[in-house]
Amino acid sequence: MMKRLALILPLAMFMAFVAIAVFGLGTPQTRQIESAMIGQSVPEFELEGLSDTKPGLASSDLKRGTVTLVNLFGSWCLPCRIEAPQLERLAAEGIVIHAIAIRDEPADVEGFLTQYGDPFTRVGLDPRGRMQIELGATGVPETYLIDGSGIIRRQWIGEVRQEQVADIIAEVRRWQ
Amino acid sequence: MIPELGHFALWLAAALACAQLFGGEITLRRQDSRRALDLVVPAAAAQAFLCVGAFAMLIYCFAVSDFSVKLVATNSHTMKPFGYKLTGAWANHEGSMLLWVTVLAFFAGVAAFRATALGDRFRVRLMQVTGALSLGFYSYLLISSNPFERLTPAPSEGNGLNPLLQDPGLAFHPPLLYLGYVGLSIAFAFAVAALIERQVGPLWARTVKPWILAAWAFLTAGITLGSFWAYYELGWGGWWFWDPVENASLMPWLAATALFHSTSVLAQRDALRNWTILLAVAAFSFSMIGTFIVRSGLLTSVHAFAVDPERGFYLLVLLGIYVGGALALYAVRAGTVTAGAGFRLMSREGALVINNLLLSAILGVVFIGTMYPVGVEAITGARVSVGPPYFEAALIPLILPLLLLMAIGPFLRWKKTDSSKLKRRLFPVLIAALAAALIAVLFGIKSVLAITGVGIAAWLAAASIAMLRGRRDISTLGTSVAHLGAAILALGVTVSATGSLERTVSIGPGEVARMADFKVRMDNVEPLAGPNYTSIMSTLSISRGGTEFVLRPERRAFVRPMQQTTETDIAPLWNGNLYAVLGEGNGDGRWQVRLNWQPLIALIWIGGIITALGGMLAIYGRAAQRREDRRQALGSPAA
Repeated sequence: MMKRLALILPLAMFMAFVAIAVFGLGTPQTRQIESAMIGQSVPEFELEGLSDTKPGLASSDLKRGTVTLVNLFGSWCLPCRIEAPQLERLAAEGIVIHAIAIRDEPADVEGFLTQYGDPFTRVGLDPRGRMQIELGATGVPETYLIDGSGIIRRQWIGEVRQEQVADIIAEVRRWQ
Repeated sequence: MIPELGHFALWLAAALACAQLFGGEITLRRQDSRRALDLVVPAAAAQAFLCVGAFAMLIYCFAVSDFSVKLVATNSHTMKPFGYKLTGAWANHEGSMLLWVTVLAFFAGVAAFRATALGDRFRVRLMQVTGALSLGFYSYLLISSNPFERLTPAPSEGNGLNPLLQDPGLAFHPPLLYLGYVGLSIAFAFAVAALIERQVGPLWARTVKPWILAAWAFLTAGITLGSFWAYYELGWGGWWFWDPVENASLMPWLAATALFHSTSVLAQRDALRNWTILLAVAAFSFSMIGTFIVRSGLLTSVHAFAVDPERGFYLLVLLGIYVGGALALYAVRAGTVTAGAGFRLMSREGALVINNLLLSAILGVVFIGTMYPVGVEAITGARVSVGPPYFEAALIPLILPLLLLMAIGPFLRWKKTDSSKLKRRLFPVLIAALAAALIAVLFGIKSVLAITGVGIAAWLAAASIAMLRGRRDISTLGTSVAHLGAAILALGVTVSATGSLERTVSIGPGEVARMADFKVRMDNVEPLAGPNYTSIMSTLSISRGGTEFVLRPERRAFVRPMQQTTETDIAPLWNGNLYAVLGEGNGDGRWQVRLNWQPLIALIWIGGIITALGGMLAIYGRAAQRREDRRQALGSPAA
């Protein structure tokens, strides 16, 4: 009986593979991959800031009752330059935006902020990109909406485009 | 006219494949195997001829830039260098599938004449199975991916080629992999024929082994080349990323490695019959699963192939028929194959069984890691990805004992080994390993894992050389060289993983940056014009101690299609590579330059190539041995 089973096992495993593959082929390929962290509290973290120009960012900064945006960026990232004016407009609306600089050098971040504008209240340095995994990010840039109690409510993947600004402002007001 | 001829040749070849499969069956039933052989062998030969012809015609269409052929129009361009026009013939979906069937038909044609040892009936079965295999691929080509499809009106210019594919590494990486994959399909055909005819035994193992070894050597070379291409062309600074498409080529390699080791046990001791057959089926299955994963877009990957679910579905149907059929046959027939001999643990065959278990476990880890995201999504709907930490954590505990064992195995004898003799022979090897570990400590390596890695690499290298003592045959030399290659690879992996340094600097012309003991000065940044791209090239003067050299990393902008690529520049120094990637300009006259120091990383590819050469040597050794045997057999009656 055991022997018989051992002979059929490879076939059974292969059938399971085919079943999974059929399912995989039937699923649309271009779906947005949403962070699994939405609806959950931000993980504990504490990141250093830029020396004397900018305070760092910690998870406690996101739990102080105001809705905040957290922007993942890098001075090395081209789309981050494109979204800079939109972030400035959001900041001009009075929205608090913090940043996490992914795999970056302090001097480069300072240069980036001088050149492309600085809408950020706090900037946390994340030299190893740890926060990307913690927040469930798929790339840089990404922007997260965190409500006043520190729960992640929304995620925008890719650079913030002009037509998205109004939507983001509305979302921030909604969670206020 | 030429494209129509090519298309017609494919239809004819498909008809011949039908004749092999069905005609072979009918003549075998109604008449005898001699008659069936008279049908299938010429059919296989003609099929090989027609396929090679069709492939040559496709290359011709690319050579003359015949844009009335859709495939040429979408994948070529008059501005492309001539060599890459030719390689463009297989750097796309349809062309690569045509290459696949061409290699299959060619190998089957060779097997039709060579595989005589197992008798006429077996040879007919073998040709029936290869006919069935190629028939599936012909129908796939002719129905869903005809490479000779015409385009009216013909455009005056083509749509270019992915610039990343304009590289010698990639021009030869896929064909080598295909030679490997298709070689495994011959092993598969041998296994199915053996199940049908219940002819599993030492003679079968000896006949199939050269095919497996050849396929394995091609796979080894193909994977090594692919890894090297990813390293210097993609500019990611690594050599293996556990990307699904990389794993897809690694899995058949692992199965093939296990397969030819277990074939040795079958050939020498008539043990592991069912297991060897199952591995032969599995090795080919994984190469088809690999092709399926790559071509269907089932898994998202950095290898941005034109993805088409319909084609994926077709491949899945073929996969289901071949692999499902073979495994069903296995389930029914393997029980009736008489069990082989038993064996002891402290023997060559015992070591090879452990080798097979470890390789299978590694294969399982890679397979689960690759398929897990799809499986989880099928069951829970959540999206996950599996990355290097999983593979490293799960594989290191399997690979280290495998390397340890690889060193011991060749010293063991078939049936049983005298352990005091073994200890005596392994003693100098152990000394070499300890010495290497000590050197690693003196060089400042602190991680225990890395010191162990260096020690084990030295252990295997020393053992691979020591195993040659008193043995002069070329096939043993092949084993020794292949194992030595693995030791060199292991050393490269360990040292480069432990000692890598990376730094991104932002410098302008005339400025200087430092990384470790390197001084980097940017001399200038200049625009350049290539045959079908424009580029920005930076000249970096680098000095370390007394040595000075120049690196010229580039960013290329291709016109058709619009695409940017980074051309890294690498300085191969005696003790490692310094690697520079030119990033974006900051707009203030400075440029981002990423510098990477990777000690001994070149050993990874050198080791891979040496391993592949070892496989080739082993094939040559077996052929030489067989010639010698034949000469003696012919000579002895006279004497």
